[in-house]
Amino acid sequence: MAAEMEPPPLGDAGQTDFREIEDGEGFFVSTVTTLESPEPSSPDPPSMPAEGISTNGPKQEDISLDDDPEDLFAEATEEVSLDSPEREPILSDGPSPAITPVTPTAMLTPRMGLGTAEMFERSLDEIEEDDSGDTFDMHIAVSDPEKVGTFNTVLMYSYIKTSMTIFSKNETTVRRRFSDFLGLHSKLASRYLHIGYIVPPAPEKSIVGMTKVKVGKEDLSSAEFVEKRRSALERYLMRTVKHPILLKDPDVMMFLESSELPRAVSTQALSGAGILRMVNKAADAVNKMTIKMNESDAWFEEKHQQFENLDLQLRKLHASVECLVCHRKELSVNTASFAKSAAMLGNSEDHTALSRALSQLAEVEEKIDQLHQDQAYADFYLFSELLGDYVRLITAVKGVFDHRMKTWSKWQDTQLLLQKKREAESKLQFANKPDKLQQAQDEIKELEGKVQQGEKDFELISKTIRKEVSRFEKERVKDFKVVIIKYLESLVQTQQQLIKYWEAFLPEAKAIA
Amino acid sequence: MEYDPKHTSTVVLKPFSQSHGVGVARSVSVDLNNDASLLIDIPDALCERDKVKFTVHTKTTLSSFQKPDFSVPRQHEDFIWLHDALVETEDYAGLIIPPAPPKPDFESPREKMHKLGEGEATMTKEEYTKMKQELEAEYLAVFKKTVQVHEVFLQRLSSHPILSKDRNFQIFLEYDQDLSVRRKNAKETFGSFFKNMVKSADEVIISGIKEVDDFFEQEKTFLLDYSSKIKDSTARAEKMTRSHKNVADDYIHISATLNSLSVDDNTALKKFTNVEGRVASDEELKLTELLRYYMLDIQAAKDLLYRRARALADYENSNKALDKARLKSKDITQAEEHQQQCLQKFDKLSESGKRELTSFKGRRVVAFRKNLIEMAELEIKHAKNNMALLQGCIELLKSN
Repeated sequence: MAAEMEPPPLGDAGQTDFREIEDGEGFFVSTVTTLESPEPSSPDPPSMPAEGISTNGPKQEDISLDDDPEDLFAEATEEVSLDSPEREPILSDGPSPAITPVTPTAMLTPRMGLGTAEMFERSLDEIEEDDSGDTFDMHIAVSDPEKVGTFNTVLMYSYIKTSMTIFSKNETTVRRRFSDFLGLHSKLASRYLHIGYIVPPAPEKSIVGMTKVKVGKEDLSSAEFVEKRRSALERYLMRTVKHPILLKDPDVMMFLESSELPRAVSTQALSGAGILRMVNKAADAVNKMTIKMNESDAWFEEKHQQFENLDLQLRKLHASVECLVCHRKELSVNTASFAKSAAMLGNSEDHTALSRALSQLAEVEEKIDQLHQDQAYADFYLFSELLGDYVRLITAVKGVFDHRMKTWSKWQDTQLLLQKKREAESKLQFANKPDKLQQAQDEIKELEGKVQQGEKDFELISKTIRKEVSRFEKERVKDFKVVIIKYLESLVQTQQQLIKYWEAFLPEAKAIA
Repeated sequence: MEYDPKHTSTVVLKPFSQSHGVGVARSVSVDLNNDASLLIDIPDALCERDKVKFTVHTKTTLSSFQKPDFSVPRQHEDFIWLHDALVETEDYAGLIIPPAPPKPDFESPREKMHKLGEGEATMTKEEYTKMKQELEAEYLAVFKKTVQVHEVFLQRLSSHPILSKDRNFQIFLEYDQDLSVRRKNAKETFGSFFKNMVKSADEVIISGIKEVDDFFEQEKTFLLDYSSKIKDSTARAEKMTRSHKNVADDYIHISATLNSLSVDDNTALKKFTNVEGRVASDEELKLTELLRYYMLDIQAAKDLLYRRARALADYENSNKALDKARLKSKDITQAEEHQQQCLQKFDKLSESGKRELTSFKGRRVVAFRKNLIEMAELEIKHAKNNMALLQGCIELLKSN
C-alpha cells in the first residue's frame, strides 16, 4: 500500500526551483502572493466561505499573463524560502494534530474493504470537526501553458496556490500535464464515488483539439482550445479543493505540491485500463436497469427527481447559451463588414459633412464590433462553460445516487443469500450430517456479519449523500449567483461603452448641413 | 406651384391604423405632403394571405379631381403599373422617377412562424408565447414598412410639380373600380423585362460617350461609384440587423429557461430581451431601410442620366446624319429638322436633369442626416434602458 504513495519530497527548499525549459519557447511562470494566514478558531462550519476565491480565479489569471517576465522572476526567487516551522508537511514523521487519525494506510485503500469503513467514517468526522480551525483560504491559478519537446508537443500547465495550515508552503508552483489531472480524477473517483462523495468530473479529452496543438498549428482555433482547456482545468482544481474531504486526500496533496508525479498511463483511452473502464461502464448501465429499489426514504426519491429536472433544464440552457455565443460572433463579423462598407461609402460621398459623418459611423461600428467580440468571449467563458461544468457535475451526482442503489442491492442480495443458507441449514438439521451442518452454521455466521456490514454501508452512503447533496446545493447557488452577477456586469459594461460611442457620434450626425 | 428644392419640412406623423395605435415615422424622405392642394396618405391596409390591400386616401383642392376627399383600394401591382407608366412616358425622360416600392415580403416572419410551430413541443408555454409575440411584432414591422414605402412613393409624386399632374396618376388616385384591366398583361411584362436587359447593355456603351458638360460628367462618375457602394452597404446592413435579431431571440430562450430554473428574478432579464429586440428593429428601420431606399433612388437617378446620354447619342447621330445628307445633297431639310429635334430634346433633358439631380442631392443629405441622428439617439436611449434594467437585476441578486 505504501508503494502507491510516495511521500512528496518535502522539506526541501529547492523544491520550487524553476526548471530550464528544453525548448525555451516563450515561457514564463507567474506567481501570486497569498492572502494571508487564516484566523484560528473561526466558528465557521465545514462549508467553507469561499467568496474571495472564486472571483479571483479568472481575473488573477489575466493579470499574471500580462506581467513582465523580468519582475516575476525576481519576485519568485524570494518567496521560496518561506518555510515556517509550524507548517509541518503532513506526511512526514510527526503528523500534524489535525490529521492524526487519518493514517496513510486507511486513506489509501482503493477498494474500501468492509473492515475499514468504520474507521474511515470516524476519521472523516474528526477531520470535519478540526476543519473549523482552518478557514478555507486557497487560491489556485492554472496558467502559462507551454509546449515542450519538439517531437510530441504536449502542453504542461504550471499552477500556483495560496495556502492553508495543512500545506507546507504559502506558495507553490508546479507543472502538470493534462493526463496528470485525469489521473488525479480517476484516483479520486475510484476512491470516493462509490461511498457517496460527489467527485468533480475532470475536463474532457479532445482528440481533435490536442492533435492540432501537437502538430504545432499556431492558429486562432488552437489558441482558443488551449485557453478553453486551461480555464476548465482551473475550475476543476478549484472545485476539487473546495471539497473538504477531497482536499485532505494525499493524492490531492501530492498533486498540489510535489514537483514530479508518476506518469498516469491508465488514463489513456486505448490502454488496458481504459478499455476495462469502458467495459465496466457498460456493465453498470445494464445493472442499473435491472435493479428495482424499494425506496423507503422519501427524501431520496424527491432529490432524485429534482436532479433529473435540473439536468434537463441545464442542458437546455447550455444549448441556448451556445447558440447565443455563435450568433454573437456572427453579429460581430457582420458589424465589421458593414463598418468597412460604410467607410467606402463615406469615401465615395461627395458632400463633405455627410462623408465625414459616414466615416465616423464606420469607426463607431468597428468599435462596436470589438465590443461584440468581447461580449461573446464573456458569454462563453462565464456563462456557457459554467453550465457545461454543471451538466457534468450533475452526471456525477446521479452516479452517486446510482452507487447508493448498488449498495442497497448488494445488501439485499446478501440478505437473500443468508435466508437461503438458513433454509438449507434447517434442512440439514434433520439429515444426519454433522460436519455439513457445522459448515452451514459457519457460513451463516459469516453471512450474518456481512448482512450487518451491508446495512451499515447502506446507511453510511445514505448519510454521506445527504451531506454531499446539501453542500452541492449550497455551492451551486453560490456559484451561479457569482457567475450570473459577473455576466450581468459584463453586459452593463457593454451598454456603457455603447452609450459612449453613440454619444460621440451624435454631434457628427448633427453637424451635417 | 413653385418648385423649391431647398424647402424642407418635417413630416406629420400619422398612425396607419387605429387598431395599432403607434405612429410610423416617415423617415426615408422629407419635404412631402406639405402642399394642401394635394394630400395623399395610406391610413389603412389589410393583409390577406399573400396580398396586401392598401387604402389610398386623397384630399385635394384641385378642380381636376371630381371630389375633394375620397379613398380607393389598391394593390401592390397597381403601384407598379403606375410607376412603369411614368417611366415609359417620353415627356418625363428628364425627370427622376421615384423608385417603385418593393413587393411586400412576409417570407421571413412566415418561415420563422412555421419553425416556431414545429418546435412548439420543445418549449415551455411561456417561451412559446414570448416567441410568438416577437414574431407577431416582426410581422407588424414588415407590414408597417411596406405601407410606408408605398405611401412615400405616392407622396413623392404628389409633391413633384410635373408628375403630380400626370393623367395616369390621377386615374390611380381616383378610379373607383379595379385597375387590373389597365395593368400590364403578361406580354407587356415580358417586353419590359427585355427592355431592362437592353438598357443595361446600352448603359455600358453610353457610359463611354464623351460628356460635354462638367456637371454631368461629375454626376455620372459620382452616381456610378456611389450606386455600387450603397448596394454593398445595404446588403451588409441587412446582415448585421438580422444577426442582431438572432441574438435578441436567443435571449428570449435563455430568460425562459432561467425562469424555470428560478435562479434569479427574471422580470428584469425579460425586459432586457425586449429592449434588445427593439434595438435590432430600430436599427433596421433607421439604417437599413434608409440605405435600401436610397439605393433604389440612386438607381432612378442613374436612369435619368442614361436617358439623357441616350438623347445625346441620338443628337450626335443626327449630326452625323445631317452631315451625310449635306454631302449627298439629299433630304437635307429632313435631317436638319431631326437634328433640331434631337438638340431640343437633349437640351430639355439636360436642363431638367440638372435641376432634378441637384434637388436629389439635397434630399439625400437631409434624409441621411435625419436618420443618422435618430438612430444614434435611439441607440443611446436603448442602451441607457438596458443598463438601468441590468443594474436593477444585479442589485436584486446581490441583496439576496
